[in-house]
Parts: sequence; structure tokens; C-alpha cells
Amino acid sequence: MAITVLALGAVYSQIFNMPIRQLLPYIGAGLIVWGFISSIMLDAGALFSGSESYIKQIRLPYSLHACRFVFGKVILLAHDLPIYIVLVAYFGAWPGAVALYAIPGFLLLVVNAVLISLALGMASARFRDIPRIITSLVQIVFLITPIIWTPDLLGPRAYLAYANPLFHLIEIVRAPLLGSLPSAQTVMATLAITAVNLVATTFFFIRFRGRIAYWI
Amino acid sequence: MISDGGSETIVRLDNVSVSFPVYQGGSRSLKKRVLFHGSAGKIGRDANQKIVIEALCDVSFSLPAGNRVALIGPNGAGKTTLLRTIAGIYEPIEGSVVTRGRISPMFDISLGIDPDLSGYENIRLRALLLGFPPGEIETHLPDIVEFTELGDYLDMPVRTYSTGMILRLSFAVATCFKPEILLMDEWILAGDAHFMGKAEARVRNFIERASVMVLASHDLKLCSRWCTMAIWMEQGRVREVGPVDQVIKQYTRSV
Repeated sequence: MAITVLALGAVYSQIFNMPIRQLLPYIGAGLIVWGFISSIMLDAGALFSGSESYIKQIRLPYSLHACRFVFGKVILLAHDLPIYIVLVAYFGAWPGAVALYAIPGFLLLVVNAVLISLALGMASARFRDIPRIITSLVQIVFLITPIIWTPDLLGPRAYLAYANPLFHLIEIVRAPLLGSLPSAQTVMATLAITAVNLVATTFFFIRFRGRIAYWI
Repeated sequence: MISDGGSETIVRLDNVSVSFPVYQGGSRSLKKRVLFHGSAGKIGRDANQKIVIEALCDVSFSLPAGNRVALIGPNGAGKTTLLRTIAGIYEPIEGSVVTRGRISPMFDISLGIDPDLSGYENIRLRALLLGFPPGEIETHLPDIVEFTELGDYLDMPVRTYSTGMILRLSFAVATCFKPEILLMDEWILAGDAHFMGKAEARVRNFIERASVMVLASHDLKLCSRWCTMAIWMEQGRVREVGPVDQVIKQYTRSV
């Protein structure tokens, strides 16, 4: 992860003609959050099919599997945090107390992660080609989401970034880490995404929960 | 239907049917499914290929407290499916399953066993999986340790254990918290004679405290020793329910 951040930071600061001391912490924080999101999307497909032995032996709440899964990813994310700390320390870019706003932002992200992994886990238990479809989508999403580039580079077409829900999910954690509050637009978008996610997954879960044991 | 005077019913199944969809090839694929509907059924014909197996059909019985029940029947008769349905793993398509009290399923001894952890840690892990609060586990620990007779082995990683030793460990955990319903599949019979004697005494003991045990097995001798009732399954249907000796007699006559 550290090598990825340094390599991308060095090259892209040249491409975009941006000072490296500005771009590197941005890429570092963005990639750490993206690492969390992408590993959730990539591995959620195996959530239920991978826990087959548990599901077929003992009745546990299905949400337990999702929480266990997301918790594991949070611990992995914590292992990447030192990269961020080293970067801001090296470039003297301490964000100050505003960084604490990353915590509620991250909690929102975690709620979304649990919901989406439940939904993806269920869908993938039924349709086994979903994890593969997601694998190819994640690559595209990484390139079209402002992670290694900033949305203002789009100039007048910045709406291409703002229309991307994943931009807001990353930004709500990344902005405080870089010393600014997330914009009102990002906060509203994240809350809206969470609400839609909650309603859709709940509906889906209630409808198909009883079938999971049969699908795996 | 068997009723045991006024005693409480612990497990009750009413007209339960369970059927499995067997998805093969194309029906597992979302892409084919979309193509199939998008092309009005011209592409991806195997997307709708689906075989349904009726694993349980119209199963009804009730088990009053204090009964040890043997599930007998040929392979593929639905014994394991019935156990899993009682455990709440498969939600029935039709009918209802009503259970009262804590269920302790023992279908797979290696479930939740981490081979690199010690015996003590695995006891705690398994008890947590079965839904016991950590404080309660500690108070029961001496009892579990004593029953397993594993002594100093409990400090060793579980990967050094033999199957019989893991069996002792999981059996001790599954039975020490006085489950109201104990469900056991075949494998439980892998222990040595000494262990089996102890296990039988232990099961007898807690069954007397008003609960139910269901054991699926092909070992008819063991069934008649351990159990009071028997359910004879055949092709997903209940063929006979009654006192264990009577059902086993009929069963042996038919095969």
C-alpha cells in the first residue's frame, strides 16, 4: 500500500502538474479508504457461500456474518493508517482537530459496508457470477472516481465526479483527514445513499432471508 | 401423534415440507438469466433449468419433554434435513416448526474449531457460538474440563488432537449448558466405549431435566439403548412414529 501511494503520487503529481506535498497526502488518504471499500465489494460475494459450514450447522443471525466480515476489513484498514500518519507528518500537513470528523464519516461508511455486503452476499449466493461481474466493475470504478485525481481537474464537467456515489463515500472520510470539512453536498449525498441502501437491503433481506440456507 | 400425558411439548412440526432447488449450470448465472428474459427465451435456455427435490414432505409430529428420539431410515430419507429443519437452519416451504428452548445442534464436530488455538480457547469459542454469555462459560469450564478428561492436552493446540478427542470437547460443550433440545447426527458415535458410556449417562441426566434429544443414526442397537421414541423416515415422509422397540422391529422387518 505504501509503495502504491508513493509511486502513484510521484507520477501523477507530474502528470497533473501539482505539488507533490499536496497530492501525496490526498492520494494516501484516498487509497486507504478506497482499499476498504474495494475489499468489501470484492470479497462480499463469498460472505455466505464461504460461511457455508457455519450456516448449515447452526442457526446464527445472518447479519452476524456480515458484521464479522466488515470488522475484519476495518482491522485491515487500521493497518494502513500508519501510512497516512507518516505522510501528513512528513509533509507537515497536520489536519488538526477537524480530522476527528472522519470518525462519524467512517461510521456511516461502515453502516453502508455492512448493508452492501449483506445484499451482495445474498445475491452472490444465488447467482454465482456476481462476484466476477463486481471484480471487473471495481477496476472501472477505481479509475472514474476521484482517488488518484482531484475533481477540480474535470473543470466545468466536475459533475462527472459529484454524480458518483462512491466519491461522496470516500470524501466524507477523506476531507476531514486532509483538514477540511466535507461539503454539505457530500454529507447530504452520503446520508441519502445510506437511506437508500438501508431500505433496499432491508426489503431484499426480509424477502429472501429464508432462502439463503437453500442457495449455498 | 404421540402425547405423553400432560407433559410439555418441546418440538412440534405441523405439515412441514422442505424442498431444495438444485441450480445447475446456467441457472446459477445472472448474465444468462438477464439474456434469457431479454431475448424472450431465445438465448440462454438453460437459465431456467431447475430441479426441485422434495426433501421433506408433509412431516408432522410433536415431541414432549423428556424424550430421546431416534431418527431412522435409509440413506437419503431426509434425516439430516429434518434435523436441520428442527434446528431452524432451513425454513420450511410449507407448514410450521415450533420449538421451545435453547437448541444445541451437533452436526459437525469441527465447526468453529480453530486448530491453532488451545483446547480451552476452543471451548470458549464454541460456547460463544452456541450463544452463551462469557461469564457463564467460565463458571461451567471446570465441568467441561472434567468431562473431556483431556487434562493437560487442553493447553495444546487442537490440531494435535485426534477426532475422538475433538468429539469429547464438542460434546462436553454442547451438553454442559443444559440445552432444551439436543440434535445429533450420526458422527457422534465415533467415540470409544468408555466415552460412549459417559455420554449416555450425561444425555440421560439432562433429558430428565425436561428436554428433548433427537439422534439420527443407522446404528439400531445404539438407538434402542439411547432412545425412548423413534421416527422412521422414508423418502422425506414419516413412515412410523412410536416407541423405539416397536418402530425398530417394523423397520428391520421391512429391510
